[in-house]
Amino acid sequence: MAKKRIVLTFPPELVDQPIIYRLVKDYDLVLNILRAQVTPKEEGKMVLELEGDRERINKGLKYLENTKVGVQPLAKDIKLDDKECVSCGACIAVCSPKALSMNRESWKLEFDRDRCLLCGLCVPACPFGVIAIEFE
Amino acid sequence: MVKTFAEINEKIKKGEVVVVTAEEVIGLVRKKGVKRVAKEVDVVTTATFGPMCSSGALLNFGHTDPPIKMQKVWLNDVPAYAGLAAVDAYIGATELSETRGMEYGGAHVIEDLISGKKVKLRATSYGTDCYPRKEFESFITLKSINQAVLFNPRNAYQNYSVATNSSDRTIYTYMGVLLPNHGNANYCNCSQLSPLINDPLYRTIGIGTRIFVGGAQGYIAWEGTQHNPLQARDKKTKIPVAPAGTLCLIGNLKEMSREFLRAAIFYKYGVTLAVGVGIPIPILDEEMVRFVSVSDDDIYTTVVDYGVPRRKKPVLGRVSYRELRSGEIVIKGKGVPTAPLSSLYKARQITNILKDWIKKGKFFLQEPIQRLPLDEEFKPLDIVL
Repeated sequence: MAKKRIVLTFPPELVDQPIIYRLVKDYDLVLNILRAQVTPKEEGKMVLELEGDRERINKGLKYLENTKVGVQPLAKDIKLDDKECVSCGACIAVCSPKALSMNRESWKLEFDRDRCLLCGLCVPACPFGVIAIEFE
Repeated sequence: MVKTFAEINEKIKKGEVVVVTAEEVIGLVRKKGVKRVAKEVDVVTTATFGPMCSSGALLNFGHTDPPIKMQKVWLNDVPAYAGLAAVDAYIGATELSETRGMEYGGAHVIEDLISGKKVKLRATSYGTDCYPRKEFESFITLKSINQAVLFNPRNAYQNYSVATNSSDRTIYTYMGVLLPNHGNANYCNCSQLSPLINDPLYRTIGIGTRIFVGGAQGYIAWEGTQHNPLQARDKKTKIPVAPAGTLCLIGNLKEMSREFLRAAIFYKYGVTLAVGVGIPIPILDEEMVRFVSVSDDDIYTTVVDYGVPRRKKPVLGRVSYRELRSGEIVIKGKGVPTAPLSSLYKARQITNILKDWIKKGKFFLQEPIQRLPLDEEFKPLDIVL
């Protein structure tokens, strides 16, 4: 039995589809949803652990790719270099769980680790390269 | 009651000048009124810090022996324009590395130079009787070369559009990542702190104005490229409601710091330079007080659909900076999260530094030698047969 942790990004038009059900039913995978944020008509995010034999996991991943769901490996940690950050706010645009936000008094960027889904979208969105990702 | 530049400079010399930032003046006018503020305040500092693509540096490397008339020049593998005299070149911020592509560009060369790093210079030429050398390769630093002048043809836009995306795919633009189906909206202006927002008709900001640029004292060299003063304006505030006036800036790169000049990469778009600009506005009379006391509630801009990659993009509405800064605006009846691209945090820092310089007599105001045009047309480019 193998285990794999991934981050799924659901486009708005797929949010109402029973995709996770298919992973269980058709691919016989044991799923553990670690974190999720799904709102109707908006982009959804899910951190998922898959358990099953390697071949089934790979088939399941292939199925996900065909459904237009974004699949990324799960990051271990996101690191924001506070000293180098200029607090522009470009990263906020892609952070749907709102882990990155602006302090509306100081206009300094704030990072709330507890809200972070570790999707890693902020890394390329930062124009100054001050957000780094560590993979497992 | 009218003040002159000379009178304000005299006060700076004597250490009696009263300076406040463009944010502080808002509350001051609410409390004391326009008349009293016109009398009591001499200078209001404004600033912006954000990505400004039309930026670059003019460099003179010094002559080699035997001499070379550099025809093609690369700095850390980034091409610089050398179609000038023998050892002059212009490194543009958005030029990309020929070996590393979008991860390193002209802006990074500029940042490396001001950080004191060694930069590899490579030059080729066809050779002449007076300049026989055909190739040169070595390292330069900011200290080793003659002039290094930041010369930015277009900076400090007077207002800018809000970018959103109606298409069904994520697009990567100079306005950042734009998610499908109006998933977000990005804006890029320091609004109530921004220089040309606070002097909407260019009464005091003009050619020759001394400014803060990249951490040093510099000047406004000319109107910026694409200067568009005829843009639609708000009737009451005279502030344009979309991109309008621009500034061409010049300053000594050797005196600048990485804190206010930073290379930036917009994912899948390219490299650009984030520039910190600060401009002092003299309070000459009550009209200037009314101009500088404008707040985000009264500054509007236009929401534009970048999902349509055409010159004329669909306009989706008008919003105030108060709404933008709240974190959400309404587009087509739907709440859309907003994100800034310019740093209000850095801009505030700059207004305070400039305030400090003026108070300590380190920075004097320069009256414009010539006003910026108010009637220039912004022309498109079409195919002519």
